[in-house]
Amino acid sequence: MAAKLLAYFDTGSPIHRLNGVTKLSVFLLFSVTGMVIYDTRCLLAMLVLSLSVFAWSKVPFKQYSFVLYLILIFSALNQLAIFLFAPEQGVQIYGTRHELLPIAGRYTLTAEQLFYQLNVLLKFAVVVPPALLFLLATEPSEFASSLNRVGVPYKVAYAISLTMRYIPDVQQEFMNISTAAQARGIDLSRKEKLGRRLKNMGAILLPLVLATLERIEKVSAALELRGFGRNRRRTWYRSRPLTRRDIVVLICAVLISAVAFTITFWDGSRFYNPFL
Amino acid sequence: MRKPVIEFDRFTFQYRAQSEPTLHEISLTLYEGEKVLIVGPSGSGKSTLAHCINGLAPHFYPGEYSGSLKIMGKDASDSGIAELSDLVGTVLQDPDGQFVGLTVAEDIAFKLENDGMGHAEMLRRVREAAEEVDFADFLNASPQELSGGQKQKTTLAGGLVGGAPILLFDEPLASLDPQAGRATIELIDRLHRESGRTILIVEHRLEEVLHCPVDRIIVIDEGRIAADLPPDELLCSGLLREKGIREPLHLSAMRYAGCLLSPAIKPRSVETVDLHSATGQLARWHEANTAVSEPAHREPLLEIEHLTFGYDPKSPVLEEVSLTVGRGEILCIAGRNGAGKSTISRLICGFHKPLSGSIRLDGRDLSDDTIRERADRIGFVMQNPNHMLSKPMLYDEVALGLVNRGVPEAEVRERVNETLRVCGLYPFRSWPLSALSYGQKKRATIASILVLRPEILILDEPTAGQDFRHYNEMMKFLTELNNQGMTLILITHDMHLMLEYGQRAVILSEGRKIAEDVPARILGNAALMEEAHLHETSLHVLARRVGIYPEAEFVARFIRSDRGLLN
Amino acid sequence: MQSSKGFSVKTIVAIGIGAALFVVLARFGSIPTGIPNTNLQTNYAILALFALLYGPWAGLLIGLIGHSVADLLSFGPWFSWIIASGVVGLLVGLLTRGIRIHDGEFGGKGILRFNIAQIVANAVGWFVVAPVLDIVIYAEPANKVFTQGFAAGGMNIVIVAILGTLLAVAYSKTRTKRGSLTREA
Repeated sequence: MAAKLLAYFDTGSPIHRLNGVTKLSVFLLFSVTGMVIYDTRCLLAMLVLSLSVFAWSKVPFKQYSFVLYLILIFSALNQLAIFLFAPEQGVQIYGTRHELLPIAGRYTLTAEQLFYQLNVLLKFAVVVPPALLFLLATEPSEFASSLNRVGVPYKVAYAISLTMRYIPDVQQEFMNISTAAQARGIDLSRKEKLGRRLKNMGAILLPLVLATLERIEKVSAALELRGFGRNRRRTWYRSRPLTRRDIVVLICAVLISAVAFTITFWDGSRFYNPFL
Repeated sequence: MRKPVIEFDRFTFQYRAQSEPTLHEISLTLYEGEKVLIVGPSGSGKSTLAHCINGLAPHFYPGEYSGSLKIMGKDASDSGIAELSDLVGTVLQDPDGQFVGLTVAEDIAFKLENDGMGHAEMLRRVREAAEEVDFADFLNASPQELSGGQKQKTTLAGGLVGGAPILLFDEPLASLDPQAGRATIELIDRLHRESGRTILIVEHRLEEVLHCPVDRIIVIDEGRIAADLPPDELLCSGLLREKGIREPLHLSAMRYAGCLLSPAIKPRSVETVDLHSATGQLARWHEANTAVSEPAHREPLLEIEHLTFGYDPKSPVLEEVSLTVGRGEILCIAGRNGAGKSTISRLICGFHKPLSGSIRLDGRDLSDDTIRERADRIGFVMQNPNHMLSKPMLYDEVALGLVNRGVPEAEVRERVNETLRVCGLYPFRSWPLSALSYGQKKRATIASILVLRPEILILDEPTAGQDFRHYNEMMKFLTELNNQGMTLILITHDMHLMLEYGQRAVILSEGRKIAEDVPARILGNAALMEEAHLHETSLHVLARRVGIYPEAEFVARFIRSDRGLLN
Repeated sequence: MQSSKGFSVKTIVAIGIGAALFVVLARFGSIPTGIPNTNLQTNYAILALFALLYGPWAGLLIGLIGHSVADLLSFGPWFSWIIASGVVGLLVGLLTRGIRIHDGEFGGKGILRFNIAQIVANAVGWFVVAPVLDIVIYAEPANKVFTQGFAAGGMNIVIVAILGTLLAVAYSKTRTKRGSLTREA
């Protein structure tokens, strides 16, 4: 019941020893780059790089196996949906048409479509290893101070720290409330009709929301009593100075992104077209 | 000349949302290095007094005041909460609400972070504060791994770390088990002796706080100071009973025996009270009262056999627990947090499936019954009423279970009204739940279960967080239910509750049953107490000191007289 | 409008804990509709409610933080929809300013305004922002992303209209003044 989908786990690898600021920055940089560029060669290179870094971190497979499974399902469904909705999207983008396999009606598998969908997959895949690494190899305590270091106002950064702090408590509260509700005949399973299920969910959400509002009052009072928000700046117990290793990693990440941007936009299009 | 640190002068405070002031014309001075206890029933204004000292009132809870309040010679009205936090470190009652850090170290550091302290000094100060409360080995622990007492140690260190000369504890015992509560009181006492800080404890659990000496006790009642006396004088005055505060049990016993109480015998603690003249009287009182009979054997209603449960079969949360609940009985299940108390109630209700073992009701195995089918016969009332109230209006809330079971409307109305009458809530039937007091809400949750006409009611900490008057009201109500034939299982670590109302008690420790007996006997067994995180009551100590054996018999006779006087 | 520097402590806590509630409900609070892979997401009722209670900045940040953390904990971040969640929270907060729900005032007019606000916000977020960003960022096919956007937006509108309204009304009733009540014999 208390199963955690993802949790920080220290393997002592060099990745784990990097500063949270470094991991956050690389994650953000790769995410933005992955979002903007569409050059297959760059995406592939970035994926290979981030996968090898991921392997190097020695995060055990069972730490993320479930998440990987979710990612695969999500991607498969998304790929299928793209093909169902727009079997000619690739042809439109790349301007040529190499038929591989007619399926039925307007659905014909083309090389362009395959290549295009591969790119969509790559774009998502590129972001996943740095995201997982940031989550699995960074102590949650370092999230907030790192965000503050990269320019997020400290109050907002602290809100994220509160989110991490109270997810387990709110989850426990949700479980308690919903089991007690079940005992009174409030059923959420598929046995009930949809309208009834909605009403029953309302009967669980109301106490949960009211308890949450009460918790917000209590926590606010506790923060006030210890001087939160009194100054324009605050310091962080969990902040470490950047080491030379961090600087090197950061410079490399910036360079990689710059190269990826340059290659992508060199010819004025964000798509790499192997069909021309 | 003692230096005043907190000075109230004709201080009146009124919350913006209320039509009457909560504090009237308070004049009170606390001096440097004093240790003062503030007691009073709920709603007396004792918490408001604390809020005025740490600045929550009027900055967080808006309101207006007249008169003056000075903290360390500075007018409190000139300072915000943050400035006051440099002078007053506060520890609140809810350990989860105030533990805001992701780890112990971060939580202790929180004030220093907000003050913008440099990193090296911060690490040093956090370590020092953790060492001061004897908790330095846990700096990297997360709140989810800690017990209530450990979370409170963390918060205490977080209050110390800023170097505030005044420490304010707002109901620090409310969510702790007896042993953790006692440890907290001892820790506060050590801090007081070693650091010379001024200590202010706001609490209604007088006996627990008086485990260690205090300089003065201030009684607040209806927003005014009803007494400001050294403990020994206050205890002899009889004022506590008048104001609805439970006096230490050994004192009540001495009163019943007709002992002469005077400050000279130092009645504060049962360990140190001078019993020279009382011994004979107590012994005579004991002889004059007839023996208390053993609880009658009852026909079994709920039988649990070899129950084992765990998420990981290799380390079960509950192991081979067997117990029987008799029809019409009040059984208490006690044990420290994590001992398996709530797990067993969840297994009975069917929220979890046991790994092995059986649960039988009226001789019939329940293992194939769903949560809902079990709920028709076994009611479960959670500790926090706010977790169970899922409708805005009282009537709808009580009707919910019946409506969900498809009971015809006319019958629903009849049963709901009947249940509301039993629970004393009928006059409020068309009120929104939010307008009810905490005790009424608690009763509303019981009503919403009773309306299903269960045979057993399981209540998780039915009296937690309630003062003596509300405790008595709740227990009187539950006793009446019991007299009408309802079987009650009370899950609790309140020793008074167990002693006064439990007919039998089961003690769990680390998932195993370690005792099943009459509460008075269990609470006299020191080894059991240690394991279950309870501690001996002052009645047992008193009996031993005057040489009455077995102590449990003396305790049982006391409880009988006490109940006789109350009802 | 508050700048981030001027956020009150309570707003910050509401953002942090509101986002935690959003994440928990994203994981455990979805109601299957019966159509495969289509769930009613109750966490969007919470997003709208918190935007109504704590304002546009809280709405924006609960949407952004809550959706990011929920995504990170499940299948990795899908940025276009994260941004859309933030926009929905922001717009609900902006369009419901002036509803004095904290004083217990949430009658027919308040309910109407709240629902107009949430319909506009969800429409902008899911019919426009999410699909357009899907096209811009991921170059996904227009008909696919608009269909998905309309489906998700439609369901969110329904869930907020039912559960969001119900919760807001219930909350406003908790603010009822005691003086308005009398005991009945």
